[in-house]
Amino acid sequence: MIGAALNPRLLRNLLPAFSLAILLAAIFWVQPRTMSYFGLNLMLNLAIPIALATIAQMAVITVNDLDLSIGGYVGYVACVGATLLSGGAGALPAVRALQESGALGRELPWILTTPLAGVVALALGVGVYALLGALIHLRNLPSIVVTLGMSFVWLGLSVMILPSPGGQAPGWDRTLMGFKPPYAPFPIIAAGVIAAAAHFLFMRTSYGSILRGAGGNPRAIERAGWSMLRVKVTMFALTGVFGMLAGLSLVGLTTSGDANIALRYTLLSIAGVILGGGEFVGGRISPVGAVIGAMTLTLAGSFLTFLSIPSDWQIGAQGAILILVLAARALIDRAEKAR
Amino acid sequence: MTALLRRLIAKPWLWAYGAAAVVFLITVLFTGGRSSGEVASAALTFATFYVIVGLGQMFVVTLGPGNVDLSIPATITLAGAVATKVMDTQDAMILPGLAVALACGAAVGAFNYGLILILRIPPIIATLSSSFLVQSTAIAYGRGLRIKPPPRLADFATAQFHGVPILALCVIALAGAMSVVLHRTVYGAWVTAIGQNIRAARLAGVDVGVTRLATYVLCAALAGLCGFLLSGFSGGSSLSMGEEYLLTSIALVVIGGSSVAGGASNVPGLWGAALFLFLVVTMLNTYGFGAGLRYLATGFIIIGVIVAASRRDRTA
Repeated sequence: MIGAALNPRLLRNLLPAFSLAILLAAIFWVQPRTMSYFGLNLMLNLAIPIALATIAQMAVITVNDLDLSIGGYVGYVACVGATLLSGGAGALPAVRALQESGALGRELPWILTTPLAGVVALALGVGVYALLGALIHLRNLPSIVVTLGMSFVWLGLSVMILPSPGGQAPGWDRTLMGFKPPYAPFPIIAAGVIAAAAHFLFMRTSYGSILRGAGGNPRAIERAGWSMLRVKVTMFALTGVFGMLAGLSLVGLTTSGDANIALRYTLLSIAGVILGGGEFVGGRISPVGAVIGAMTLTLAGSFLTFLSIPSDWQIGAQGAILILVLAARALIDRAEKAR
Repeated sequence: MTALLRRLIAKPWLWAYGAAAVVFLITVLFTGGRSSGEVASAALTFATFYVIVGLGQMFVVTLGPGNVDLSIPATITLAGAVATKVMDTQDAMILPGLAVALACGAAVGAFNYGLILILRIPPIIATLSSSFLVQSTAIAYGRGLRIKPPPRLADFATAQFHGVPILALCVIALAGAMSVVLHRTVYGAWVTAIGQNIRAARLAGVDVGVTRLATYVLCAALAGLCGFLLSGFSGGSSLSMGEEYLLTSIALVVIGGSSVAGGASNVPGLWGAALFLFLVVTMLNTYGFGAGLRYLATGFIIIGVIVAASRRDRTA
């Protein structure tokens, strides 16, 4: 029994959950009132978009790439959600201005008010991600640089859609994110659903293991007759899909859009993947861990608030947790080697 | 003559200068030749700050795949805030301020490498985690800090000699020195060797640990220098002063024609890339395009350059 508990592999897998539990216990200890439906809801609300962005980041990390544009992309989705998706092209500030100046009639034609415009814009986003996967694979480009460029592109598009913060999230989105289920707070249920779905997708389906194998040994996957091009396109498209869900859930919470709303998500999502036990190379990932990592990072901020430490240190606390967990993992690895 | 020309065209960094020149001409065309001097000197001024951090990032990238310093913006902000406070508007304290800024940077760099070494994590994760810490420290330390830079430093940072910023001249000299360091010293050869093949370098007797430590310290110290000069240039330090330098520093290395996979870098390209990036923004501004299009153009340029560079590598 004790031997099993000291098994480094098991320890390693339990590390993310363990760090979350410690943090949660510390928060409950400092501020017992958070141990309630309302308290948990408030503290973990923002964990939903961060968890989704982390899963998005995890998809590209699986195939040894990195997405430095996920923050910009989530912001783009949020801007589309707050304008095109709720009121069609007519909800764009630029079109509104035209309307007010009298260039356009008071009653807009159907084509300018249909939310389908938003659906098209979101589908385009996923399509661009798929194309990026193809481009990066075919030309053997460093993903860091390509997605660095894309981060400017998404930011540019967001600013063009929504020059200043504003707009309004679609009603269904706000209703969904404000959902108050009985017994368990929504963020916890959502986190469970996200973790289960991602776990099934990446760890339980047969193509999922091909995808992970492509990160471990691309050549072997290719020799076995699988198309690496298809693998990369799939993974980048998945990043696009999960990033889109992140943006939609974020705008549902904030109810209005802003081009700069999610720029921090880029670094947070990378940190979340690593915190959750994912490796940078080799296709070793943990979807459940990634969701837990994202929740840990979100809670780090609340913890400081309850200790009445200025919010200036929030980013620092996230960094400190990251370093502590990585240090614990290094220790476990060393124990593994020593065996 | 043709041989010389051919050798020159084969230089990867020449394209950055060519592109910068073209963009400059298009910009000046719009204004009909007026204010071309101002555009050029503004470009030189802002490119100067880009180049300072670009130099450090380039040395780090040269170390090979996965090596990139994400803590540059945080270091700039921290060094700027600490230096401003140490100097406290007194001219006599300028040199101590500079020393403190460089020491701040060096400390961050050493911390970065310590994380890489002890935790055995990829540099990108190490510099990411430390940037969180440094950023927080800088914010907590610098909040509400409204101290003007010493007048002498402000004068120096904005001084011009016949329209040419003095600071730009200094940084051109710095870039020259760094070029010598990269191509003519043992340290530079070691950095390049590690980037080309770390195992081969180790077997050949390169002290990999010391070289990597020195490179991360160098990069962070240059970020510190940038923070020091920026606080002098823009009338004090601010909490967001480092923000734009993360993506820009990586973009400079790529556009300047250095290999992103490491092991093959050049210094002149940094200046070309810095001028180019600034001039593109100026050009779009001159033609009245908004912020959205400016970002869009920057993004497409970075992607375009990396795609073009991959073709170059293949034919070479």
